[in-house]
Amino acid sequence: MAAVSTSPPRRHLSLRQQDARIAWLLVIPSLIVILGVTFWPIIYTFILSFFIVPTGINQVRTFVGLGNYLEMVGSRTFWETIGRTLHFTVVSVGLELVLGLAIAQLIHSHPWGWKFLRFSLIIPWAVPTIVNGAMWRWIYSADFGALNGILMQLGLIKHYVPWLSLPNLAMELVILADVWHTMPFVALILQSALATLPEELEEAAAVDGASALRRFWSIRLPLLRPAILVALIVRTVDAFRVFDIAYIITNGGPAFRTVTITYLTYLNSFAYGKQGIGAALSFIISIFSIIMAFFFIRTLYRPEETQ
Amino acid sequence: MIRYGKFLRRFSLFLLTLPVLVFIFFPVVWLSSASLSTQVELFAIPPHWIPQHPTFQNYLDIFFPSQAASSVPRTFAIALLNSIKIASSVTLICIILGSLAAYALVRIPFRLNRTIQIGILGTRMIPEVSLILPLFIVASSLQLINRPIVLIIAYMSFALPYAIWMMAAFFQTVPIELEDAARIDGCTRLGILRRIVMPIAVPGLISTAMFTFLLAWDEFFYALIFTSTLAAKTAPVAIAEFVGRYAVNITGMMAGGILAALPPVILGLIFQRYIVAGMTSGAVKG
Repeated sequence: MAAVSTSPPRRHLSLRQQDARIAWLLVIPSLIVILGVTFWPIIYTFILSFFIVPTGINQVRTFVGLGNYLEMVGSRTFWETIGRTLHFTVVSVGLELVLGLAIAQLIHSHPWGWKFLRFSLIIPWAVPTIVNGAMWRWIYSADFGALNGILMQLGLIKHYVPWLSLPNLAMELVILADVWHTMPFVALILQSALATLPEELEEAAAVDGASALRRFWSIRLPLLRPAILVALIVRTVDAFRVFDIAYIITNGGPAFRTVTITYLTYLNSFAYGKQGIGAALSFIISIFSIIMAFFFIRTLYRPEETQ
Repeated sequence: MIRYGKFLRRFSLFLLTLPVLVFIFFPVVWLSSASLSTQVELFAIPPHWIPQHPTFQNYLDIFFPSQAASSVPRTFAIALLNSIKIASSVTLICIILGSLAAYALVRIPFRLNRTIQIGILGTRMIPEVSLILPLFIVASSLQLINRPIVLIIAYMSFALPYAIWMMAAFFQTVPIELEDAARIDGCTRLGILRRIVMPIAVPGLISTAMFTFLLAWDEFFYALIFTSTLAAKTAPVAIAEFVGRYAVNITGMMAGGILAALPPVILGLIFQRYIVAGMTSGAVKG
């Protein structure tokens, strides 16, 4: 660095300093945009969470300290919503991992048409979230839905059932729609990881008499760990903040049964006119995200690879 | 005997792929088929899995909205155009700003380089809902609500860090010897970026552009909050708006949904090979 340098001061900038100057020139435009649309708003949101913020511009904000947080932590709705969000996250991510791993294994064992199967996985992944939600809402429809149609033709039901109005089933139906959309992501990540695994270890274990299950459990799964971790973290973060798919399929109904934490934040900020509460809620989501981000960066960011 | 066993194994594995393929294809095939039927046929009980009177009317109404009587196809025609406009602008800005920043972060050592890199990766974790209130307050006081520009700016919050991260990964694969040789020959940093790095990283730029476009095309939350009129409403918002209404042209909406899904699905199938690479780089939405 400059302080350590023993060379006499020069009139012109050194090559390194010139480089640093160019680097800043290249980075600054992006940096300004990112600071403006992410860092500044998140700090602003944090500040808002300590106020009562009525809807509308130029309204007087009242400072309430931790009031918004305490109101939430003390409310039943909040804890029920957290419970529903965790339910969604655990079941949906769990199903995606199990199904994704199974399908990755299936593709990896190269049955007839495995290339076609891998190709097909792109379709559910690429369908936009809202189109996917609308599609499943129509599939579950009580008037013309494909689900009712199939079950009726199989003779399993006599009348069309309003599936999305069933309080105990609505969340599971939203989860099924989400699994259809996101399972390919997990399957494709794990499949590409499987393709890079060395086969010698498993062959050696097979020679030593290890059963197929044992080889899978003791060799393949540990080797897949980094890929599983990436899929798990990315999916958990996204599932915990789920909004779009619940909004489009059920509008949070029936009777709040599919309102998740982001949904509750949306309702407070834009329907109930309680922006302070909304800010506090969104900050609770952020804290969860920051904790996950820590693991995410540790898993993905390996500085030795940048050189 | 061994060959017979091998055949049996492949055959049973093949049987396992069938339910997976049905699970993947049934919803989309049903939706496509329903979008080709008339409203009356859609409500038939038991359902007509293949429409007896298939019609392209729902699609024609969206492509030639002037003849359409219903407001659904007219809205979709405009919303799809808005989506194209907004997603393309976001992609273009992200590629230009992002490639400059990514190059500097990957190849030029300077103070704060690592801090900026980690900060950019960290923004991947910030939920949209934590940014929306301040953005909404500023946008309303500047009277930018219902203007495409507000979505383009808001989308930068997830698209730009993503594009930088992904392009950085591609720039790293450009052999540094090429750059050193060019520098010795007196080429400037910007000259190197333009003449050496960019041409080599073209496949990377294309797939980054594709992913950025998909992210912007898919976005719903900001669009829901910031747009309510036809001036800036995107396709997802149009779908969400109509889907809740009862007496509405459902088959028309289905056609709109298929059209909204086509660009990302086609892009995804064409660039299949890059998708997994993008996914494992960790920046891609699941």
